[in-house]
Amino acid sequence: MTAVLRANAGLVVVGLIGVALMIVLPLALDLFELLQITLYAVFAILALSLAFIWGYGGILCFGHSAFFGLGAYAYAVAVINIGESTAPLLLAMLLPALLAAALGYFMFYARISDIYVGVITLTLTLIFYNCMNSTAGPAYHIGDALLGGFNGMPNIPSLNIPFMPDATLEPLGMFLLCSGLLLIVYFGLHGLLATRFGRVLVAIRENEQRVEFLGYDARLHKLVAFAIGGALAGLAGCLFVAWGNYVSPPVFSVVQSAQIIIWLMVGGSGTLLGPVLGAMAMSWLTVKIGTQQLVNASAILGAVLLVFVLVVPRGVAPMVTERLVPWLLSLRRPAAAPRDIAQEGKA
Amino acid sequence: MDLAAIVAIDFVYAIATLALISLGLAIVFGMMRIINLAHGEFMVMGSYSATVAVHHGVNIWVAILIVAPLAVGVIGVILERLVIRHLYGRMVETMLATWGLSLFVVGILTMIFGDITEGVPTPLPGIAIGAYQTSGYSLFVIALTLATLFAVYVILRSSRLGLLARGTMQNADMAAALGTDTSRIYAITFAFGAALAGLAGGVLAPVSGVFPTIGGSYIGRAFITVISGGAAPLAGTASASLLFGVINQIATFLTNPVYGEVALLLAAIVLIRLLPQGITGRYFRGSL
Repeated sequence: MTAVLRANAGLVVVGLIGVALMIVLPLALDLFELLQITLYAVFAILALSLAFIWGYGGILCFGHSAFFGLGAYAYAVAVINIGESTAPLLLAMLLPALLAAALGYFMFYARISDIYVGVITLTLTLIFYNCMNSTAGPAYHIGDALLGGFNGMPNIPSLNIPFMPDATLEPLGMFLLCSGLLLIVYFGLHGLLATRFGRVLVAIRENEQRVEFLGYDARLHKLVAFAIGGALAGLAGCLFVAWGNYVSPPVFSVVQSAQIIIWLMVGGSGTLLGPVLGAMAMSWLTVKIGTQQLVNASAILGAVLLVFVLVVPRGVAPMVTERLVPWLLSLRRPAAAPRDIAQEGKA
Repeated sequence: MDLAAIVAIDFVYAIATLALISLGLAIVFGMMRIINLAHGEFMVMGSYSATVAVHHGVNIWVAILIVAPLAVGVIGVILERLVIRHLYGRMVETMLATWGLSLFVVGILTMIFGDITEGVPTPLPGIAIGAYQTSGYSLFVIALTLATLFAVYVILRSSRLGLLARGTMQNADMAAALGTDTSRIYAITFAFGAALAGLAGGVLAPVSGVFPTIGGSYIGRAFITVISGGAAPLAGTASASLLFGVINQIATFLTNPVYGEVALLLAAIVLIRLLPQGITGRYFRGSL
């Protein structure tokens, strides 16, 4: 037991800090700040979904907002029609997963190269964005749900406790749910990456041809990983809608996709903790920028992406674990031999 | 008969605009293997240069045909030196950096010009064909696109610079060994692509209106036209524009412009599945 704990010391620390924050934050913060933190947690789940397929699967998905938006709209339409949130939540994960699987079949079984994967995924979000924007007016509805076009869909019911339509989650419940799900997704992905499937997936990222020579089906592994990423993005979309009770076509926009990639680039795309922290830091920064009039938010986000690609291409998290921590350790024990702490996946 | 002429003009116009907005991107992609996701914003900067020039009393033809490409060409040189230069050979990083650049430019343009639509008057009157009326400017755009394609062909085919550029494209090390300054060739090529984007932005400014985020509506179409066209910049752009322009127009006639664009995008996905190397990866091989 202690050996397991010691081997995963980093993970244990992250888990303890996470649980501690779940307990302390509701006591320390007022309602507005708690709502903001809830949103950051949702974005962190979204960042993790892309971190999994991009950072570990090596799939350059330039249109991840397609799955996020599809999850959002699937939840919105289903919950308005059903009136209870359990089935819509599952649907919001299932539909994006199916879309990702279908698209993955198209892309990975055709063995098209990375850039074309980027093009096709980007194209997909453009299709969704254009279609949803044009659905204004009473003619466009699914069941009782008006799609609303560029005006979006207002008054979408929040999540409720499973099978109890009247027990709607209050802000505190929503915070606990989102942060709890964030921890589950984070540790779930860590667990998944430790399995045989996860190891083959990372191997495919490193050298697809060699993995195939060893007898693994790279196409199937990538397809399954892509579907998992799609489902998680859909989950984030569902939580996003349940949080704000509103959804509109910009969830599909290219800017939304770019934002997720910026979180990854800032945090460090080859890790899981980096994107979580990147998502939270950048969302916080976006809110801060929004409160002042001097500089446009888009200009700052673009500049951040540009600077990180040019100067810190691997993101902050690998910098900390591979440069800063060894440096601090070397300060404390000047005579010690340099230790190899740079283990991917432990961060 | 008159209706047929109008419809034909619409088709050719759709194809021509597609070729016009894609050409600059295609040159940069075909020659340098760089996908410039800020291409849409290069076009917008062309539109704004033309608009500002017109508002300062410059003749509109001068503004569209000279000021816009020149201004964006200069910006292209500067950005090549500052950003693109450091990322040669790293395709994904280049895409991300130019994506950041695109957001940055949108933000800056919004700060300067505000989130409002500026306009440039259309400099040509309508033309009557029988009982129908069509825009004279559409015919101008078609003619200009043909002229631009021809000019680019001539420059690449016959000029000394074009020869050096094609040599560098085929084998940069060999070209460098023979005394070509490849880094200068890359800078000129990138600036040339940027100038073509600026020209497209300037020419389309009177048609589309000018606002900071309009680049986003160009980049998707330009991007897939270039990728579907494949490695040869001219033949690829021409053939892909022809195909997608026709598909777009047919779907637009049957439904509405939104589904026209969706049909274009879906066609692109299917095409890439069938021809992963683009059209010129299978047909017209070895052309320009």
